[in-house]
Amino acid sequence: MKRLSKQSRANFLTYGGVILVYVLLQLYNSQVGLSSMIQGLLIPICAYVTMALALNLVVGVSGELSLGHAGFMSVGAFSGTAAAIALQEVIPAAPLRLAVAMVIGAAFAALAGFVIGIPVLRLNGDYLAIVTLAFGEIIKSILNNLYVGFDARGFHFSFLADTVSDRLAEGGKLLIGGPMGISRIPIISTFTAGVVLVLVSLVIIFNLVNSRAGRAIMAARDNRIAAESVGINVTKYKMIAFVISAALAGAAGSLYTMSLSTIVANKFDFNTSILILVFVVLGGMGNMWGAILSATFLTLLPELLRTFNLDQYRMLVYAVVLIIVMIVTNNPLLQRTAEDLAERFHRKKPAQAGEGGQSHE
Amino acid sequence: MKKYLALLLALAMVFALAACANNGGNSTPSEAPSEAPVETPSEAPSEAPVETPSEAPAENPAEGATAAFKLGGTGPLTGPAAIYGTAARNGAQIAVDEINALGGIQFELNYQDDTHDAEKAVTAYNTLKDWGMQLSLGSVTSKPCEATAAKNFEDRIFALTPSASSTAVTEGKDNVFQMCFMDPNQGSASAQYIFDQGLASKVAVIWKNDDVYSKGIRDTFVSKAAELGLEVVSETTFADGNDSDFNVQLTEAKNAGADLVFLPMYYTPASLILSQADTMGYAPKWFGVDGMDGILTLEGFDTALAEGVMLLTPFNADAEDAKTQAFVEKYQAQYGEVPNQFAADAYDCVYAYAQALEAAGATPDMSAADLCDAMIAQFTSMTFDGLTGESMTWGADGAVTKAPKGMVIQDGAYVGM
Repeated sequence: MKRLSKQSRANFLTYGGVILVYVLLQLYNSQVGLSSMIQGLLIPICAYVTMALALNLVVGVSGELSLGHAGFMSVGAFSGTAAAIALQEVIPAAPLRLAVAMVIGAAFAALAGFVIGIPVLRLNGDYLAIVTLAFGEIIKSILNNLYVGFDARGFHFSFLADTVSDRLAEGGKLLIGGPMGISRIPIISTFTAGVVLVLVSLVIIFNLVNSRAGRAIMAARDNRIAAESVGINVTKYKMIAFVISAALAGAAGSLYTMSLSTIVANKFDFNTSILILVFVVLGGMGNMWGAILSATFLTLLPELLRTFNLDQYRMLVYAVVLIIVMIVTNNPLLQRTAEDLAERFHRKKPAQAGEGGQSHE
Repeated sequence: MKKYLALLLALAMVFALAACANNGGNSTPSEAPSEAPVETPSEAPSEAPVETPSEAPAENPAEGATAAFKLGGTGPLTGPAAIYGTAARNGAQIAVDEINALGGIQFELNYQDDTHDAEKAVTAYNTLKDWGMQLSLGSVTSKPCEATAAKNFEDRIFALTPSASSTAVTEGKDNVFQMCFMDPNQGSASAQYIFDQGLASKVAVIWKNDDVYSKGIRDTFVSKAAELGLEVVSETTFADGNDSDFNVQLTEAKNAGADLVFLPMYYTPASLILSQADTMGYAPKWFGVDGMDGILTLEGFDTALAEGVMLLTPFNADAEDAKTQAFVEKYQAQYGEVPNQFAADAYDCVYAYAQALEAAGATPDMSAADLCDAMIAQFTSMTFDGLTGESMTWGADGAVTKAPKGMVIQDGAYVGM
């Protein structure tokens, strides 16, 4: 343990924390039993946590504001889910099918991230934010007009009008039905798969950040000109971060969709992108612990208010809490107090400070 | 700089959410349902004897879960689709109050908000399950209902949705039933009606291509029209975001010589189409579907424009029969607006449940799974008369069979055709 750097110790604490929460929840569920509401929320929370981690890689580590991440989520969701339905007979084992679907979703999302990244990453700052926003909307529009069918002869595609249904052979299925999205999705996502996805995301992100490429990415974030002057190919390294982030978002999308039995492209609109951005901003940009906690907290909050019979004012309370949390966590006085406290307790700095800030709420 | 932009956007969303919540709060005063039982006895002509049974339901839920059937539903109570969810909840609440006042079968109603989102609908459904829901009203809108119907099927909790009309809601599930027409049935029924009545030979269709409801109706309308030899001369679309200017679509329909325009959509875009057609001097026959219901009460809409519009709808708030009039009167007294078909569908759902439970001799202490089996047996065999249709029957696939009513708007009111 002693040889580990401070950074890797913090990373292992993060892995350990996630696994500990998972084990505790499983134990509690088998001994006492979680309510159906919480059980139903576990998979969406895992998906949102992964989304927050993915976006944190772009916003926090790479320093580019992306407002179109829901677009990558939807690419992954649609391609992964369509693949899972098409592979139903080929791979009967549900966990394996889920894994394959998530990999396919991640691959398609990565491809979309690469194609979009080529023009987008030549921009920076607010321009980049606005262009990613536009691409998110374009992806939504495309998926709203895409028809994909599958039969013994393979896949069939059409755009704008549904000509696929007529061309399908006997026993074929319409996988993606334009504005109708995907219906009758087999529910194969599990909480375990969600936790594995979160852990995989953490491993990828931590290792990337601590690698040569990660240092180049952060150097480009802190001072683009200085980074270029020492020979760093800024666009290339930003592209690496962007594509990995898109891939993780795609995998999260597959996981999310296969926990519901239906999905439409309109679900992944601008509001969803902003929701994920709120997770990242609240958790602290670049702080993975914070992203996990804030995504969990903000997904649970409106639903927990339901159980306290505040459902009439659910969204209002949610908004007020969000404003208060934003103000409090950005209050310099409180931040200093939290840091002082962290100093006093064994000088465990970054991870613990984030945690301390959270528990105030 | 970026951090501030991010914060600014985050705050913008917060305020948008707050605004949504406010809307929901205003349109649905939380006191309304709890006030209802108090008002009923004071309005009733005979005082003492009436008060006793009407007080009973208020106490029963407090005594324990065994006294009343726990009836749960999800619907958009906030957000852009809130008009449908609140209408359904209000309609169901009126029916529950009425039935409880009779003293026989008792219901306890719990409506949860799903903001017209599948993920939230599943959470809302799970909340209801934790509450101990025995019978479900499904979800109000189609996509969320697809998600909750899968859950209903898995958990063996019977569902009767008032208004989720897509086929995927009931497909492959033996315990999910619909009170409304399925989308495809509406399309083919409309084509059949136009053909039978000889209303037109050349038809134009304007539909919304990112909407399940609109697309479902349009698809079957077009195929049925082709089958009947009804000529569809123009087909144009719109989507969210470009639903304010319809000149292109109308010009195309006009140039194609259509003498009837079919509008499978909700009433807001339909009202714009009618007024823009009027401005350009195009006056074909107009034919709508049940989503058109509500156009006459739309604020700022000149009802003279809707003159002569035909629509197939299961419910009509201006109908002369006593049942409809009593319902409309009560709804207006409690919620201050004219009920639409969502409210009527939900009202019918609760009464259909009451009839089925009575016939099956079910008691509130039965488990949800036992009730589910009893309800499947009842619904596939019984005949039900409600606000939205006489002698309705259900097939094993969960679809309802009832005669659509052809309505035409004359002098600002619906008149049966």
